[in-house]
Amino acid sequence: METMRDRFGTVASRLLDEDPRVAVVLAEIGRDAFTDAARRHPDRLINVGIREQLLVGTAAGLSLTGMRPIVHTFAAFLVERPFEQVKLDLGHQDTGAVLVSAGASFDWPAGGQTHMSPGDVALLDTLDGWTVHVPGHPDEAETLLRHAVAAGDDKVYVRLSLQRNRLPLPVDGARFLTVREGRAGVVVAVGPMLDTVLTATEGLDVTVLYATTLRPFDTAALRRATEAAGTDVVLVEPYLAGTSTRAATEALADVPHRVLGLGVGRRELRRYGTLDEHLAAHGLDAPGLRERIGAFVGAGAVSA
Amino acid sequence: MTITADHGYDDLPRLMSLMTGDEKHDFAATSTLDVLWVLYDRVLGVTPGRADSPDRDRFLLSKGHGPMAYYAVLAAKGFVPEEWLPGFGSYDSPLGHHPDRVLVPGAEIGSGSLGHGLPLAVGSALGLRAQGLTGPAVWVLIGDAELDEGSNHEAIAYAGAAGLDRLHTVVVDNASASHALPGGIAARFEAANWSTATVDGRDHAALYEAFTAPHPGRPHAVVARVEPKNAR
Repeated sequence: METMRDRFGTVASRLLDEDPRVAVVLAEIGRDAFTDAARRHPDRLINVGIREQLLVGTAAGLSLTGMRPIVHTFAAFLVERPFEQVKLDLGHQDTGAVLVSAGASFDWPAGGQTHMSPGDVALLDTLDGWTVHVPGHPDEAETLLRHAVAAGDDKVYVRLSLQRNRLPLPVDGARFLTVREGRAGVVVAVGPMLDTVLTATEGLDVTVLYATTLRPFDTAALRRATEAAGTDVVLVEPYLAGTSTRAATEALADVPHRVLGLGVGRRELRRYGTLDEHLAAHGLDAPGLRERIGAFVGAGAVSA
Repeated sequence: MTITADHGYDDLPRLMSLMTGDEKHDFAATSTLDVLWVLYDRVLGVTPGRADSPDRDRFLLSKGHGPMAYYAVLAAKGFVPEEWLPGFGSYDSPLGHHPDRVLVPGAEIGSGSLGHGLPLAVGSALGLRAQGLTGPAVWVLIGDAELDEGSNHEAIAYAGAAGLDRLHTVVVDNASASHALPGGIAARFEAANWSTATVDGRDHAALYEAFTAPHPGRPHAVVARVEPKNAR
């Protein structure tokens, strides 16, 4: 089955053909997807070797000359390792890039903690002006990547994962989509968590919003959803639990509300195994979500 | 507000004396003075009128500590008004103790945290080449202790291997690194396939010759030696 990352290689190669402003910057990881593109565009397919600080610094330098760099490696090496480069070379220099990560929170569980990055979005959240896309399907990854590249000199993060939903939805790079409507709470399912959330909330009277662009956070959509469904809000994110809690509470700052942030736990699991085993361990499988969401909105209904 | 662009080297001490408040970086400021002057006066193809031109030469001050000499040269060459200098470091001044490209006309990068300029310069050289702009030179100024940063080692290794011949680094060496590179600074660049020259950083003729030496197919590093930081 085609992964988001497979699609990224295809689409980014095509973008190199289509747009002379685009450059792809790599640090070895992912280079096999660009063998043909490298032949066609030797000046715009740049592999700096295993040098992640240089990876981000080079992208920023490209941007300073007017290029639109797409930067790709595993999330742990793209956001966490060169974080000061992300903060200063892109933020402080007031220039932009499209960072496209792979690996996500635990796409390679057998690889262990060194290749896991559940904290990437929370870390970017300490910085100003980042757009964050979390697609849930390869088609959505393509759409959001194209939005990201077309976004002038904006700073954009596209988080690719092996976790995915069965079917794509028509995402637009900005708004949350309403997937189901109810009256006893709002569940925001982020990217690849949607299918599991729909299974977990089967029979519960909740609104389900689908979010693939998390920053900026679609405050209007959340507020609108709470008008019919009330202000009990559950966020289900495929990365660090609570990452978007601040955004949700800011959206509802002027009304009484409750927010439950579900996601990957902080404690290092120190387990290998499979993606599904890790989802279950963090309570992000359907039974785990149903138990916690049900208890939360159930309690809300009693007190209402 | 007047911008006077016809100052000479002899005006620099007076311009620097207008800035106070960062005396702890005084040595850092004066160590770069002659290098900056020779570059802006005789080498760099950039003027206030061409500060946004795509084919201008780029000068990236990576060593953002003690930018008084930099601001003095930018004022002498008319990029910033002389009237800005006395406000140095104050709330309303665009001139901080580390420069900010968003605030300072002519500043290509904001710097202060060490080890960012050379990777940015690598990207700038690649970006110009990818756009067919083969004329402009990219210059970056770093300090000898700044070379300790691993990000610089990443950039030096890559730039040499990639043959980025429009990339130029000047290392102002005031012997401030606690653990100096064995064999000297130039050896580090030579090992990575750079062209190098090591000269007296106070000798304008020697600096000019080193700055303009041909280096086909390779990036070029000039080590400009000045008086040791701790000897002054």
